[in-house]
Amino acid sequence: MVKPTRVTNSIRVIREEAGLTQAELARRVGVTRQTLIAIEQGRYSPTLELAFQISRVFGVGIDDVFQYPAEP
Amino acid sequence: MVYEERNTWASLLVTVVAMTVYVSVVLQQAAGGPLVDVVWWPIMLWTILGSIVLTIVVSILWGMLAGMRDPEGVGQSDQRDRDISRMGDRVGQSLLVIAGLGVIVLCAVEAPWFWIANAMFFGFALSSVVGGVARVVAYRRGLA
Repeated sequence: MVKPTRVTNSIRVIREEAGLTQAELARRVGVTRQTLIAIEQGRYSPTLELAFQISRVFGVGIDDVFQYPAEP
Repeated sequence: MVYEERNTWASLLVTVVAMTVYVSVVLQQAAGGPLVDVVWWPIMLWTILGSIVLTIVVSILWGMLAGMRDPEGVGQSDQRDRDISRMGDRVGQSLLVIAGLGVIVLCAVEAPWFWIANAMFFGFALSSVVGGVARVVAYRRGLA
């Protein structure tokens, strides 16, 4: 029933480098901590707007945070 | 567990309990006789009212307990909750359509009111349970 997303992300690595906790990042982009955990673990694909918001918190481009692999 | 997931669990558990109680009371009233002779509507009405009240009470109590652990996030919901809710509604609605078609068929064959009302009632209940299970699975395993 649940189709895994092909979108991957580097949120955890960048977040830890930035010294942010999950709770702090979640608060800054206006989602619950559980949603941020789901995004980090690839269990939920964020909306484009949320993806931009997350990237903006880190001060990097969206494709530095989110990756979509080429067709095999 | 987030606010909307708690509400989903509360609704799911209450629906299962309410339907179990409803079936038990109807069977008890029938006392081995024909089910169509049971005065079903007061039992159904009380089951519906009781389950609404119980869902609200369980949600409030659970929310109070959750609020003690996480006062800031207790009533928070976001885009993921809305996405999961929409998906659960879609899954549940398919059963409502089946129940609706069943009711039409029962009306066409002039089935007793007992069966017509209960087909719709169980359609609502099953829709709620299946939609709730889909939501819980999405919360636990992901919605990609």
